[in-house]
Amino acid sequence: MSTGARSSARPRWIAAGLLAVGASLVLGVAVGPISLPPLRVAAELLDHIPFVDIDSGLTPTEANIVWLVRLPRVVLALLVGAMLALAGGCYQGVFRNPLADPMLLGVASGAGLGATLFITARAAGMPAAQGVLPIAAFAGAVGALMLTYLIGGVKSGGRNPTRLILAGVAVTSLLSAVQTYVQQRNADAIRQVYSWLLGRLSVSGWEEVLTVLPYVAVTTAVVLVMRRELDVLTVGDDEAAGLGLHPQRSRYILLAAASLGTAAAVSVAGLIGFVGIVVPHIVRLLAGPSYRSILPLSVLFGGTFLVLADLVARTAVAPGELPIGVVTAFAGAPFFILVMRTTRQEAV
Amino acid sequence: MQRRHLLGRLALTTAALTALATGLAACGGGETPAETPSSAPGAQYPVTVGDITLDAQPTKIVSLSATGTEMLYAIGAGAQVAAVDSTSNFPAEAPVKPELTAMDATAESVASFAPDLVVLFFDPGSVAEGLKALDIPVYLTPAATTIDDSYTQLSDLGKLTGHADQAETVVAQMKTDITEIVASAPKTVAPVTYYWESDDTYYSLTSTTFVGSLLKQVGMENIADAADPEGKSFGYPQLSVEHILASDPAMILLADTKCCGQNAETVAKRPGWDDLAAVKNGKVVALDDDIASRWGPRVVDLLRTVVAAIPAS
Repeated sequence: MSTGARSSARPRWIAAGLLAVGASLVLGVAVGPISLPPLRVAAELLDHIPFVDIDSGLTPTEANIVWLVRLPRVVLALLVGAMLALAGGCYQGVFRNPLADPMLLGVASGAGLGATLFITARAAGMPAAQGVLPIAAFAGAVGALMLTYLIGGVKSGGRNPTRLILAGVAVTSLLSAVQTYVQQRNADAIRQVYSWLLGRLSVSGWEEVLTVLPYVAVTTAVVLVMRRELDVLTVGDDEAAGLGLHPQRSRYILLAAASLGTAAAVSVAGLIGFVGIVVPHIVRLLAGPSYRSILPLSVLFGGTFLVLADLVARTAVAPGELPIGVVTAFAGAPFFILVMRTTRQEAV
Repeated sequence: MQRRHLLGRLALTTAALTALATGLAACGGGETPAETPSSAPGAQYPVTVGDITLDAQPTKIVSLSATGTEMLYAIGAGAQVAAVDSTSNFPAEAPVKPELTAMDATAESVASFAPDLVVLFFDPGSVAEGLKALDIPVYLTPAATTIDDSYTQLSDLGKLTGHADQAETVVAQMKTDITEIVASAPKTVAPVTYYWESDDTYYSLTSTTFVGSLLKQVGMENIADAADPEGKSFGYPQLSVEHILASDPAMILLADTKCCGQNAETVAKRPGWDDLAAVKNGKVVALDDDIASRWGPRVVDLLRTVVAAIPAS
């Protein structure tokens, strides 16, 4: 496939991605553990548009389910999925490492430790509102990230991004060990910790949507604006410098943006694995290796993927819930293998 | 073979250390033997319960079960308890050893108290096996699924500790109280529906669980039963909010007041929850997490609290 054919294929993939997002949103809002007539659901949503007044015919409880439970959850899944996939694609480019994902660099374990410390402190009697939990997780994620950068030697300006990955691995295992210790010393809080780690989309509302929205917007804007730099970085630092770029500076701006977005997503949704690694790879196999395609498509297909995965989590054992992390792993892994086996080798 | 050999050596070493520690304590000599309680009248030793045989009345009991601790004190064996685990917060006089944790205790840490009876409810680390190798008797009090399991555990502990009569009295009192409470429940035309909240991510429990079966006896209907009809979640499913809202339960029972800081106000603030009948009628009942998750004699208090709040139709 020539470069020309690929660049002309990009708008078509973007259109397909937008369609997928639209379809998954409609499906996510129309289908749930409580079955409601789709037309009435649509009417109820239109009713919330300013100056539109439609009687949907839903009972007040059903209206609450649509507007206060189902819609915010679908929107949050879209934002979190988009964020994790975009960050994953970004990390893979910056590190030139196909195994990089948002859970790297200690972000996930830092958020987990922050949440664990908060939950155990409150179980021990510290007065604090539930709403503080995302802040604790966010602080943990950012703290871990700074520790990773410090150990990885930002100042030494090492050209080898492997250093940062190794630092991330070291920070991750250190923080995981601390977390395990804290959990063992506070056995009474262990279930709460696990239910947080497995994902909190099930208890989300508009408040969580508003919490992550600014971060998602800023991160997406920064990363998408810099997508060309990412393409150049994958060629090599010397070549990038030769083209008049500052590879090191671009790299850290991209990393900071992706990590901030991940921390925000993790702090409201818990640890949801697989999205950050599977979605960018699938997109790469479908639309080619240029980050100018991979990044925007990761946003679209990452959001779609998580909305659909959450739909399964909500409905598969209704009226019970499946942990979303289980669904993403269960659905993501085989799909990834399928795409790998059916696509030409050279695209990898 | 290697593993057995190692275990055997470990057991021997531990036994030797324990003997040494006990010997040292004896040499210290300051303690009077008067703290040993006199046998309750009628207590006969040796006594056998299941596969445990005690030759004498135990005087240094270690409990790694919060429910077990509550039971021991309820039947009058409290004076024989030497140490309890970090979760045993009732009654207040129980000798809590923060370093003893039910989740990750080892035979060695338990044996260091030189117990003559150990009460466990959960044994992921094969503590029981290690203790048996040291000839320390272990009584397991696994989570009860019916009130009869509780009665059995109380009777067993009564026989083992020399308080069989008191244990029977406690059981008889519980039976009388529960019968009374069930009889006092308001007679409603349709069963009163309820949602039991175990934590703030909407984990619940069904009528097949210990508490659920008691509330079923009162004639209450659990909205979580639909979520785990075959018991695949062992009676503890996570519910979807949509289901809770659509079910519009008459009562909401909060067993997450301590763990997760929930109360009637926090429930009313959740999106969409202010329209629920239970919230509007003030039928969000705050329970004590600890009592709600144990199967000791205090379950009677829990049942009384719930039944007293049942809305009269």
